[in-house]
Amino acid sequence: MAVPMPVTPMLLNIDESRAVEALRELAQKLDGAPCEVVLDFSSVQRVDSSVIDALADLARIANKNDKATKLVLRNVNVNVYKVLKLVKLTGRFAFVS
Amino acid sequence: MSVSEAVDERIRISSIPEPPSPERIAYLENLVGHARTAAAVFTQYSQQDVDRIVRAMVLAGLAQAQHLARLAVEETRLGVMEDKVIKNMVACEFVYNFVKDKRTVGVIREFPERNLEEIAEPIGVLFSITPITNPTSTVLFKCIVAIKTRNAVVFGPHPKAWRCCAEAVRIMYEAAVKHGAPEGVFSCIESPTIPDNVYLMHHKDVGMIDATGGPGAVKAAYSSGKPALGVGPGNTPVYLEKSADLNAAVVDILVSKTFDNGTICASEQTVVIDDEIYDAALAKFSELGAHVCNEQETKLLARTVIDPQTGVMQPMAVGQKATDIARFVGLNVKPGTKLLIAPIRGVGREHPLSVEKLFPVLAVYRAKSMDEALKVCVDVNHAGGLGHTAVIFSRNDAVIHKFGELINAGRILVNSPGSIGALGGVYNDLVPTFSFGCGTGGGNSTTDNVNIYHYLNVKRLARRTQNHMWFRVPNQIYFNLNAVENLRQFPSRSTVIVTSAVLEQVGHVDVVRRHLAPETRVHVLVIPDAEPENKVIRQGVETLNAYHADQIVALGGGSVIDAAKIMKLKYESPDADLEELAAPFLDLRKRVVQYPTEKAHGSRLIAISTTSGTGSEVTPFAVLTDKERGRKVTLADYSLTPDVAIVDPQFVMSMPKSLTADTGIDCLTHALEAGVSNYASPYTDSNAMQAIRLAFKYLPVAYENPGDQEARSMMHNAACIAGMAFSNASVGVNHALAHALGARFGVPHGRANALMLPHVIAYNAAVPAKFMPSPYTQGYVAHKKYATVADLLGLGGNTVEEKVQNLIRATERLLDRLEFPRSIAELGISKSEFERALPEMVQSAFEDPSWRSNPRMPLMNELVELFWKAYEGRAIAEEEELVEQTV
Repeated sequence: MAVPMPVTPMLLNIDESRAVEALRELAQKLDGAPCEVVLDFSSVQRVDSSVIDALADLARIANKNDKATKLVLRNVNVNVYKVLKLVKLTGRFAFVS
Repeated sequence: MSVSEAVDERIRISSIPEPPSPERIAYLENLVGHARTAAAVFTQYSQQDVDRIVRAMVLAGLAQAQHLARLAVEETRLGVMEDKVIKNMVACEFVYNFVKDKRTVGVIREFPERNLEEIAEPIGVLFSITPITNPTSTVLFKCIVAIKTRNAVVFGPHPKAWRCCAEAVRIMYEAAVKHGAPEGVFSCIESPTIPDNVYLMHHKDVGMIDATGGPGAVKAAYSSGKPALGVGPGNTPVYLEKSADLNAAVVDILVSKTFDNGTICASEQTVVIDDEIYDAALAKFSELGAHVCNEQETKLLARTVIDPQTGVMQPMAVGQKATDIARFVGLNVKPGTKLLIAPIRGVGREHPLSVEKLFPVLAVYRAKSMDEALKVCVDVNHAGGLGHTAVIFSRNDAVIHKFGELINAGRILVNSPGSIGALGGVYNDLVPTFSFGCGTGGGNSTTDNVNIYHYLNVKRLARRTQNHMWFRVPNQIYFNLNAVENLRQFPSRSTVIVTSAVLEQVGHVDVVRRHLAPETRVHVLVIPDAEPENKVIRQGVETLNAYHADQIVALGGGSVIDAAKIMKLKYESPDADLEELAAPFLDLRKRVVQYPTEKAHGSRLIAISTTSGTGSEVTPFAVLTDKERGRKVTLADYSLTPDVAIVDPQFVMSMPKSLTADTGIDCLTHALEAGVSNYASPYTDSNAMQAIRLAFKYLPVAYENPGDQEARSMMHNAACIAGMAFSNASVGVNHALAHALGARFGVPHGRANALMLPHVIAYNAAVPAKFMPSPYTQGYVAHKKYATVADLLGLGGNTVEEKVQNLIRATERLLDRLEFPRSIAELGISKSEFERALPEMVQSAFEDPSWRSNPRMPLMNELVELFWKAYEGRAIAEEEELVEQTV
């Protein structure tokens, strides 16, 4: 029986003013190795369509890696959560508060 | 919308179109995908955000009104550029004026008196079809309404008007995004096709279709399975009534029918003119630039502008000038002629010009009478105009109302132009729109002028309301020994004493007679001491009528008092239908049947109770036995409540022991059931608790020492007080079970109550298998209220459970002291007989209205179980004690 590799969570605070850039940079860094990325949305009050596109891309890339990458969104406010629900992205992330 | 659209769409949509190519699907998916994201992002916007964007869009639309009008005329070859400028401006300015102060985000309306709030929820993505006749104005309107309501729109314009529409969408989109709207909020299909429309109408991410166009588009929208707003064609009848201001009416009609060359579907189609003003009206039309066709010209016109095969207008005429149509037809008209007027003699296929004509041709009809005029208007309305628009010019309010009642149109305009009037906000206070709902007559879901509220899901936040409750009892209650003396203060010319033979024999009637006011003529009506029958009631009413009674004194137990209540009801309201008045109800305040309020004689009912149990002297209930149909009829209404109650213990001093026990337990059951009822209130609780306390203390004394005046007096008071409690809080499942048991096996009511009582307390105190819906109570409290009773009685116990057990024990001890049979079996009813009767009893108990206020909703199997417990007579408390000892 294979022993699962230890996974080190990576924490990233998302600043609303440069959320898109941060998410794009993160997408480039994902190399397929098992990892857990925690994106802290505490300071994000509102998202626009470019942030949604970036999150969708990130989820797509993480999914490609045989689901080895776990994406966690932390402290997402309920308005933003509803937006993600409407664009059907909530299933692609884990949510913690 | 034009006939070409209508015909084209009917043909094209009725055949199943080929699906779009993969490339086209990718294109459409891209539009919807962006719209979906935009709509999601839009949910975060505040009212201020939205209002700022709307204002910027409106200004952009106003600035480009002329540009868009020119594009629309160039592309469609329909209408008048100058008029389209006005339409574009109305679409911006008038619509803005209506929406600017309206709340469309968050809480949009509040109804504090109803504890209600309405909260807006956007629809999301709309697919919007726009017409060829009003292309840019419709787009401007829909963009403003969509942004105001935080929705995204994919536009599907008419294929022959898509360029001007795309430009209008671009102008609105750029202004919106520049001021903060989400990207992708609007898009417009380029080179649209029917397959595109069909694809988007079925797209999972499209929340609603808003189809403004011909019947084909509307039908397709409604057939898609999506929520849809579909608004279509009309055929506006106009009644020019003889009292009208003729000059103003003719000008209004000319303004309207020539506006944008008649392309607005609300414009006038057939004007029905009263005979008296017909010639003058036509002369006025001529004077102001219309050409009135002669018979030959009318025939020529009809043959040319109406398709003889389909009976609908020819596409080539739509939106064209009157002079151009005249030239094409071959009519010789003056230069500058604004309108062609064609007299017709009827409506229908034989009269081709009676249909919708979206060009400056107007049919006129000479009506010999108002009746004929209205009939012709109805005919026009039904010839393709149902639900749309109608116009009347008149100063006669009665005629205007008659027209309004007869004509099926969402907009019935009075003394104003049809086309511009229907748009709303210009000539009247209708909601500004470019989308006219035509109701079911037009195959639409609304008759409204479509606007912001049709683009919202309105959510209702309904807070729990504290329903009104009540506490109603007789005006006057006299109690304690010799309270009967108070009769003297009630003046009466003619009093009928309703009583039983026994009470007359023991001299109670004489006591009453002695205390009536002097000069009162008295008649005694002796009735059987049993639940009253119809025959008894009839006799009673005859007696009351014969003696012109102004006062009824009911002297007796529950049955006699009930009889007197019903006699009074029928005496005062002879037409009262007892059968109907007994109709079942859930909530007294919402019951379907209302008791009569007219009183023929204004008589007074004084109830003097001679038992201490039913409380009938203060209750609004009366039971009637319908022997002919073999059933009981329960009447319940506060109008049945006696006006005066006299609670004088001298009338109960000689009650037999068994009657003392039976009626006393009835009193206790009333109080206990009212105490835990879902209708209980602080007012009824105070009565219920006091009655319980008195019954526990004095009932055994009155039973064991019948001559104890204090005990008799207190039990008499207890019965009355319990009566007041259950008059307002009702009873419960114990009574339902007891009624069924009593009816089946002839068990006296109090005894039947006693057999059920300990089991029902245990049942109500347990966690219900099914809770009873109750707006009056907060949480389940029956067990706690029983515990409160135990505390009041000083029964001890540390927990609610212990206290409930102690109450059950105390109840059982009381029943033992009263020497009640403790099981149904003890009544001599065999198990097999009981088993056979059980289904019927359960059914009867379940149909009994008494349990509707019970705190726990009784299930059928629970009723069975309760009956079996009562049959076997398990002493609950002792049984549990035994179990505890065994453990």
